[in-house]
Amino acid sequence: MKLSSPMEIWKYLPGTNCGECGEKTCLAFASHLKERSTRLEECTPLFEDEKYADKGKQLAELLAPEIREIEIGVGARAAKIGGEDVMYRHELTFYNRTALAYDVWDTMEEGELRERVSRITNWRKFYVGEFLTLDAIAVRSVSGDAQTFAACVKAVAEETDLPLVLCSFDAKVLEEGLKVVPDKNPLLYAADKTNWKEVLELVKSYKVPVTLFSPDLDMLNSLALTFSSAGVEDIVLDPGVSPAGEGLADTFSKFVRVRRVGIEEGDKEVAYPLMSVPMTAWMIHGDALDASYWEAVLAAMGIIKYADIMILHSIEPHSLIAERTLVENIYTDPRRPVSVEPGLREVGTPTGHSPLFLTTNFALTYYTVESDLNSNKIDSYLIVVDSEGIGVEAAVAGEQLTAERIKETLESYEAENKVEHKTLVIPGLAARLSGETEDVTSWNVLVGPRDSGRIPGWMDDNWPPK
Amino acid sequence: MEKKLTLADLAKILEQYDVVELEDITIKGEVELELGSSAGLALPPALAQALQSLMGAREMPGAFEAKRIEALLPATFKVAKAEWTGEIEEVTLGATSADGGTRERTVTIGGEKSLPFYNFDAQMPYPPVISVDCFDMPIPLAKAVREYYGDVMEDPGEWAKKNVREFGADMVTIHLISTDPTIKDTPARAAAKTVEEVLQAVKVPIVIGGSGNPDKDPEVLEAAAEAAEGERCLIASANLNMDYERIAKAALKHGHVILSWTQLDINAQKTLNRYLFKLGVPREDIVIDPTTAALGYGLDYAFTNIERMRISALKGDTDLAFPISCGITNAWGAREAWMKDSPGKEDSDWGPAAYRGLMYEIITGLTLGLAGGDMFMMMHPNAASTVKKVTQTLFGAKVKEDKAKKVAIEDWVTWDAEVGASKK
Repeated sequence: MKLSSPMEIWKYLPGTNCGECGEKTCLAFASHLKERSTRLEECTPLFEDEKYADKGKQLAELLAPEIREIEIGVGARAAKIGGEDVMYRHELTFYNRTALAYDVWDTMEEGELRERVSRITNWRKFYVGEFLTLDAIAVRSVSGDAQTFAACVKAVAEETDLPLVLCSFDAKVLEEGLKVVPDKNPLLYAADKTNWKEVLELVKSYKVPVTLFSPDLDMLNSLALTFSSAGVEDIVLDPGVSPAGEGLADTFSKFVRVRRVGIEEGDKEVAYPLMSVPMTAWMIHGDALDASYWEAVLAAMGIIKYADIMILHSIEPHSLIAERTLVENIYTDPRRPVSVEPGLREVGTPTGHSPLFLTTNFALTYYTVESDLNSNKIDSYLIVVDSEGIGVEAAVAGEQLTAERIKETLESYEAENKVEHKTLVIPGLAARLSGETEDVTSWNVLVGPRDSGRIPGWMDDNWPPK
Repeated sequence: MEKKLTLADLAKILEQYDVVELEDITIKGEVELELGSSAGLALPPALAQALQSLMGAREMPGAFEAKRIEALLPATFKVAKAEWTGEIEEVTLGATSADGGTRERTVTIGGEKSLPFYNFDAQMPYPPVISVDCFDMPIPLAKAVREYYGDVMEDPGEWAKKNVREFGADMVTIHLISTDPTIKDTPARAAAKTVEEVLQAVKVPIVIGGSGNPDKDPEVLEAAAEAAEGERCLIASANLNMDYERIAKAALKHGHVILSWTQLDINAQKTLNRYLFKLGVPREDIVIDPTTAALGYGLDYAFTNIERMRISALKGDTDLAFPISCGITNAWGAREAWMKDSPGKEDSDWGPAAYRGLMYEIITGLTLGLAGGDMFMMMHPNAASTVKKVTQTLFGAKVKEDKAKKVAIEDWVTWDAEVGASKK
């Protein structure tokens, strides 16, 4: 965005403090705009009152993110990519997480194809209070035959509501694919220095986003300039991913430099979302397991350094879990609080005989423990100690979790009135505190497992206490 | 185009976009614009958009485009170099006989003048190094790791040797965890003996780690520092919750480097480093450990904390301008790294735990390498070799055989997956 402070933004707002946006003052609303924690459209007078129309329009342009935001796919699972404003997440936050697209190809046997599409579409993993899912499916034309590709796209579209990336360097093949899903807003892959005229025509007639490919950055810039001058703005840039050696170091440098030009130098010619293709790892590895690790290495580089969408091949669990978790970590808003409120929570419908577990108020720890108890249907109490937002192991080492603090927490939330057994289960990682905690609290202390995922097994052996 | 544009309007817009002259545009009379159809025509998109909105054109594409672009518009990609004023301290670990030690080689880290692997700004002077862990007693390890160390867990010397000989470790870390009063309460003197054994077993520089017990570590590390006199080991670690002064003085007296450890807190790191300066610890004797959290378990905090420290240092904050060590072995604390199945009933299948653990250690290592890590303490031999390979590649080390040069990278589109079946 081009404005550097809430005051500068405020100058474009009506200044009436009308409250329509939900904020008490226009300045407060301006601060939210600066932090990108609200939308300009919430200021209804700016758009409804003729006298603000000019300012509204100007402000919308000035607030636009440095990197263009584009959308692929339609409906609930459409993916927004790009829209970034910073080089480092702590400067604000990264905005639209890297969309992970996994591949299928048109020489797959149909049953196998549908099975793979369904696995990608339905994959999920619980993480900090919600399920992580995957973002898109890339359909590759391996056959080179337009009809074969069209049939494959058709089958894929029947199985999934995920956005599609249609992949071929042959414009005729792409067009046959597009004809099957003209209303699904798929991303085209790709226009390059040879086929760009034909692909440009396709993009204009079908109004879909397009990827431009060139490892030569002058050529990539030239393609982007050509397409944008032709009125096409939903552009994704692929500088190519070389999977090893000098080429890989060069790939890393290209992603950083293209993003730097877009964000720090404000050069709009290349200020588009970037695509990375870690699946090039598969072309230099003979073994699938080795390839999956190296693909994840390339993916991690892309997730951290500026890829907005990427195409991957391995859908083995170890790949999906690691790649998707890393996206979540890097794209989590760093302004989000690290901690949850301390207190005494109920899981399920506990009674006076239910166990009382202890954990810290580090959000990640809390949600993990809570979900393990919930998902295994363990009726229980969970007492959350204020460890200043630090996890169990580190808090024991750093003395944010101590016997004394456990005592204060038990007392202030009146744990004694909840359970009849006066027994506290502390995390295995806090085992060191068990003796001292018994001494200062006069509660019985049981040491639970080191990982709350093992509470069900631990319960079988240890609960109710003897 | 229904709405007319005056020349004054146009001039104003052009000025706003720093446009001095428009090629291929003829201005007829007062207000009409006609776009030439020669191949090279291009209005900067932002300008086209501004003109368009001013003239009330509703449809985005097409309004200002040339009828048909027959050739690519020429462009040159240009980017400025980032200039930083700060520089990271260079720290050498290990001492050869020339410097009063018995190591066969030394390891130097730090010295950066740019962000990690940003060789296009300033060449990184040294690649990150990997120190492989060993412990002074058998410890519970994930199955995937145990299979590599099962035969040496009773003997720290043999363990260290294996790390170097078989797994190509640049360095070895000996963790004296048995000294913890709640574990075995091994006396400091016995721990010092273990350190001597390790120093005899390997000729690479070593890291000496305590048990993490704040009461016992000062005594243990002091004895270890004395036993390793002159070897320029990395003493791990001093932190604010313990008698760091005793540890720092021991390191100083016996010629070692000190690891300054804080928990995800930039200000605490600055404070501790300043305390160390005050005690007379030279800058080239300090490495910092801002804390590693595993993928999925706080890696975002660790990443940003390290990245911020490195950027502050490059901007000139000398309190933070030190090489960074990361305890990547922490990745094995993530349940995904070792647990057989998901404890959550609604997750998709987690697949074999052994594959996940290796992946978690690799991704945690690479992530912190991209944030600014100079040294990685690692556990799984294959994770160590993979992180080494990728960091060496990004550093720009020459490779014997560059396989990537033999493939056309865009061929992934037509790549036939049949060749990718696992042999393992």
